[in-house]
Amino acid sequence: MMRDDSLRLPLAPVGDPTERPISIAIVAMGGQGGGVLTGWIVKLAEDAGWVAQSTSVPGVAQRTGATIYYVEMMRPSGNLKPVLAQMPTPGDVDIVLASEFMEAGRSVLRGIVTPGRTTLIASDHRSLTISEKSAPGLGIADSAAVTDAIGVTARQTIVFDMNALAVANGSVISAALFGSLAASGALPFTRTDYHAVIKADGKGVEASVRTFDAAFDQVTAPQHIAFADTASTLETAETRVAPLPPRPTDQRLGERVERIRRNLPQQAQDMAVAGLVKVVDFQDLAYGDQYIALLEGLLVRDKALGGETQDYAFTLQAAKYLANAMAYDDVVRVADLKTRRARYGRIAKEVGAGPQHILHTTEYMHPRLEEIAGILPAGFATWLQSRAGLYRWLDRKVSKGRRVRTYSAGWFIMLYVVAGLRWMRRSSLRHSIEVASRDRWLEDALGMAQTNYALGVEVLKCRRLIKGYSDTHARGQSKFAKVIAEIRSLSLRDDAAEWARRLREAAIRDSEGGDLEGLIKTIRSFT
Amino acid sequence: MAERSFAREVEHLRLGKGEEFRGEAILAITKGLLQAGVSYVGGYQGSPISHLMDVLADAKDILDDLGVNFQSSANEATAAAMLSASVMYPLRGAVAWKSTVGTNVASDALANLASGGVMGGAMVIIGEDYGEGSSIMQERTHAFAMKSQMWLLDPRPDHGRIVDLIEKGFELSEASNTPVMLEVRVRTCHMHGAFECKDNVRPAFTIEDAKNAPKRDLGRIVLPPAAYEHEQEKITKRLPAAIEFIRGNRLNEWFGPDEGKVGIVLQGGMYNNVIRALQYLGLSDAYGTTQVPLYVMNVTYPVIDSEVAEFARDKTSILMVEEGQPEYLEQALNTVLKRQGIATRVQGKDVLPMAGDYTVQAIAQGLATFLEQNDPRLLGNRPPLPDARAVLAEPVVAKLKSVVPPRPPGLCTGCPERPIFAAMKLVQQELGEHHISADIGCHLFSILPPFNLGATTMGFGLGAASSAAFGQRGGKRSISVMGDGGFWHNGLTSGIGNAVFNKHDGVFLIVDNYYSSATGGQDILSSRAPNKNRKTNNPLSKAVAGVGATWVREVDNTYDVGRMREVFREALTTNDEGPKIIIASSECMLNKQRRVRPLVTKAIRSGKRVVKERFGVDEDVCTGDHACIRLSGCPSLSVKQLDDPLRDDPVAAIDNSCVACGNCGEVAEAAVLCPSFYRADVIHNPTACDRFKERLSMGLIRVLQRHRERRRVSMEFA
Repeated sequence: MMRDDSLRLPLAPVGDPTERPISIAIVAMGGQGGGVLTGWIVKLAEDAGWVAQSTSVPGVAQRTGATIYYVEMMRPSGNLKPVLAQMPTPGDVDIVLASEFMEAGRSVLRGIVTPGRTTLIASDHRSLTISEKSAPGLGIADSAAVTDAIGVTARQTIVFDMNALAVANGSVISAALFGSLAASGALPFTRTDYHAVIKADGKGVEASVRTFDAAFDQVTAPQHIAFADTASTLETAETRVAPLPPRPTDQRLGERVERIRRNLPQQAQDMAVAGLVKVVDFQDLAYGDQYIALLEGLLVRDKALGGETQDYAFTLQAAKYLANAMAYDDVVRVADLKTRRARYGRIAKEVGAGPQHILHTTEYMHPRLEEIAGILPAGFATWLQSRAGLYRWLDRKVSKGRRVRTYSAGWFIMLYVVAGLRWMRRSSLRHSIEVASRDRWLEDALGMAQTNYALGVEVLKCRRLIKGYSDTHARGQSKFAKVIAEIRSLSLRDDAAEWARRLREAAIRDSEGGDLEGLIKTIRSFT
Repeated sequence: MAERSFAREVEHLRLGKGEEFRGEAILAITKGLLQAGVSYVGGYQGSPISHLMDVLADAKDILDDLGVNFQSSANEATAAAMLSASVMYPLRGAVAWKSTVGTNVASDALANLASGGVMGGAMVIIGEDYGEGSSIMQERTHAFAMKSQMWLLDPRPDHGRIVDLIEKGFELSEASNTPVMLEVRVRTCHMHGAFECKDNVRPAFTIEDAKNAPKRDLGRIVLPPAAYEHEQEKITKRLPAAIEFIRGNRLNEWFGPDEGKVGIVLQGGMYNNVIRALQYLGLSDAYGTTQVPLYVMNVTYPVIDSEVAEFARDKTSILMVEEGQPEYLEQALNTVLKRQGIATRVQGKDVLPMAGDYTVQAIAQGLATFLEQNDPRLLGNRPPLPDARAVLAEPVVAKLKSVVPPRPPGLCTGCPERPIFAAMKLVQQELGEHHISADIGCHLFSILPPFNLGATTMGFGLGAASSAAFGQRGGKRSISVMGDGGFWHNGLTSGIGNAVFNKHDGVFLIVDNYYSSATGGQDILSSRAPNKNRKTNNPLSKAVAGVGATWVREVDNTYDVGRMREVFREALTTNDEGPKIIIASSECMLNKQRRVRPLVTKAIRSGKRVVKERFGVDEDVCTGDHACIRLSGCPSLSVKQLDDPLRDDPVAAIDNSCVACGNCGEVAEAAVLCPSFYRADVIHNPTACDRFKERLSMGLIRVLQRHRERRRVSMEFA
């Protein structure tokens, strides 16, 4: 605190308080090569005759945790060597290099990115943390929040996907960060000085220099935008619109797209086209017709409920979730997807297999009798289920982990035959169960929409809870049933839609962190 | 040794007189030991001193030339006991470990060593793992120095000063017949800096000389009445000798003006940050030209009463900058001044934080308060201190707090311990939750997401011992986890032997990854790699059998999740008596990749047939439930958002860092999750036979695919 008397004191501080070393913090994830970059920066300064000191606290963080490296550098003054601090001080860091976007955000929270002082050089690619990955649905942190924060905290920002740039140039992110540092002009060294450091390293020099130069050029290019637009934020599904071009090449599909364009409101058209593609791909054109017919029926009801004033939200959500409900996950679908021609090419590209290589894949499958019975004709499957002893015996024979060598002739033919069973799908036990469940769900949604339009829409969205295979699928079903039952019990409240949304969100996160039971208890306490 | 070379670092050890060393301080310390003419070095690896052990382990030639006996000790107690070589012989020896954990283990030997005293210089390099980045409980080694009366050096963070104090430390040890500790904090150990080297020194008196002319002196052995005499000797002889040496050689340092109204006393290790704090206050320049008198204690125990009194005498107040608690030094200063009737006020923890890191910010705030109270004129016109509070208060930054997720450490990509914990999680889904006692090591990451397994950890190698109370039959069995490192450190006797003897009914999992992995992949007794300097390949199973264990199951491929789960199930449900011991072995992936990757690259280049594996996810098959991730947490297994308006949730995805350990496939199969995972095998340099088979099967497959494709409605849009 400034006190009045202190201002009148005659003593001036010793020396110029601004004559401090240049301070650089490198925020990274353990094992990402932050140490290499730190070493380069130290060498850069030492080569110029400066004194440089780096410190780090690797410890357990070296196993993929968040960590920080810190460098200070200064010219010696005659024989006097500067005394350099061992850790960054909030508000007093000149350069922050962040090798990942959330780590950039973390550095802002540490207070080491401040206006008027800090040049922030960050890669905006994301390496997701365990909590983001293990969330049972969408749990990815909002990169836009980081973009907003660095917008007001940093003096200068250089943000782009340095990881992609490094990979494209056959190197690692350290080289891209180093190139961006050089281009930022935050250090008084020339491009040649930087090159010399990389070259002296001796390892992967060529790729490192290439990456360095690419990063340097990208930053210095006139069209480089500091940030905001370049941040690759992961959008949520709700905000995206289907970007499908309008005309299918297949005439028959084209007619059905026409029908959608003609009969459905504009708001739901793109979603319905995507849905059509999904169900036709799942089964056949007739199934697609059924999908459109169902949607048209729902639209009539939607209109009756005043959907026009609601942007046809009911029809839109129905278009989305009905397609998902109709294209359920069964063994036929899995076998079909695994045997398609495009898949081989996609994997080859992903793993970098060329014509000089041979590619095989092994699938990790664990079919149970339940899945097999599902595809059998409903009558026969029901009979089988009623013979408990036989069913158990068969299950023991069937249910075990199987390593399927997809591209060996024998296994491929087997998968191919299973994929070909789609002709019997519509008479199968699984199909009858799915249809019943689908109809019940639509009835529930329509029923609730009668009194509360928004609630009906929320019920449609609850279909999202049903997904996965085997136990996961069963758990999803039971969560869905629980949520719908609860929604029904509070459906007369004015804010029912809001509670329905909360129930669904809690159910999605239920297995990890979320607390569906707790929320249900809370709701029951006031209803 | 782990397949990692420290050749470049070893070269540093060869530097001669006048040459400049540049590198990490822990390496400078290693070089300093050789310059001081040590005869033997021991220790136990652990952050932040692992590097010292690693480099010496690779420096056999240099050590042989100098006649230095280096060994990786079984544990810190072994290392401390090794110092007994300096009791009767003029041999200089040094040992190193992570503290306070290592000092805890070593304290019995250290107390005995300090009681009888030493003839040759005996030094413990203490890696003080305190503050940010630490992996252990927050305590001070200072207490051990005081209780056993060992001198504690806390050098100013400057390579030259540290190396100098190693040499002086040995001399101090010899002059006062007392073992010495040299304390270096985490950041200092990993600090890059430079110093001018001296030649390495070959000890005049060698280990062999000692063995050939053995000596004994009953007076040096801790047994009454000698033990009583030792205590007297500590006070009447060794302490005064130490004080004289420390004063005479000016091991402590003074900076700034001779006189002043106030002064600062500080631990050597605090020096750099104190100078920066003074600079913020306008009281020093960047080169350490301070306007406030500083007394830098490079020796923090013993406190040199006369130096303290002299420094304090004409000042109204002094500030003790002492990191950690309790505030031993502040108390000592008060005692000194009070006893001598000096009225100077001692401040310290009243204006500085009692606990935690002494960051520049914390010191600057404490200093400002101290000067405000005692000599506000010094603060002059108060330049603004660096301050991020305004920025942190910005709404967009405040909002960020709830956005940025924590990033805890976790198991590496392909870690062989992941499938073990996946299996444990699966077996608990069947049999209910059990009490699990964890241990120190990589496997401790089981306590974090996504596994969330393990209730306690009581110290290295004590995972098995810490379930001792749960050994009776009845109720659900306890599970204890221990690594191979902890097993050889002490777990064989403290845990397994104890459980066998007391007929413990619980399950004991020993995680064997062929190395002491968490500390950097050092070899241990059961390591599988041949090591020409050490005897490895001693199986854990023989050791547990040797102490009488009968129910032992070995799993030689931890990635077999199904088998792992079966073994757990059996161990938790069997009616057999006594401890149920599971030894789960697979090589540490980090070390394996270091070893194998160059070989694979070479083989491919030389035209040999090599199958490279990687895992992948069929994104159309994945439903975005992420159950697989909750049983994995592998860094290479992530999620990605698809460009599909019909899908709400991101799907699983595997990136290029995958090492094809197989865990995700195994888990998906064992837990009956989903059929999305596949393993892709890419055959490099295929043989003619491979080609032939490929042409046949792919020919057929393409015909079938084309056939079905023709009948399918095309989903293309143009």
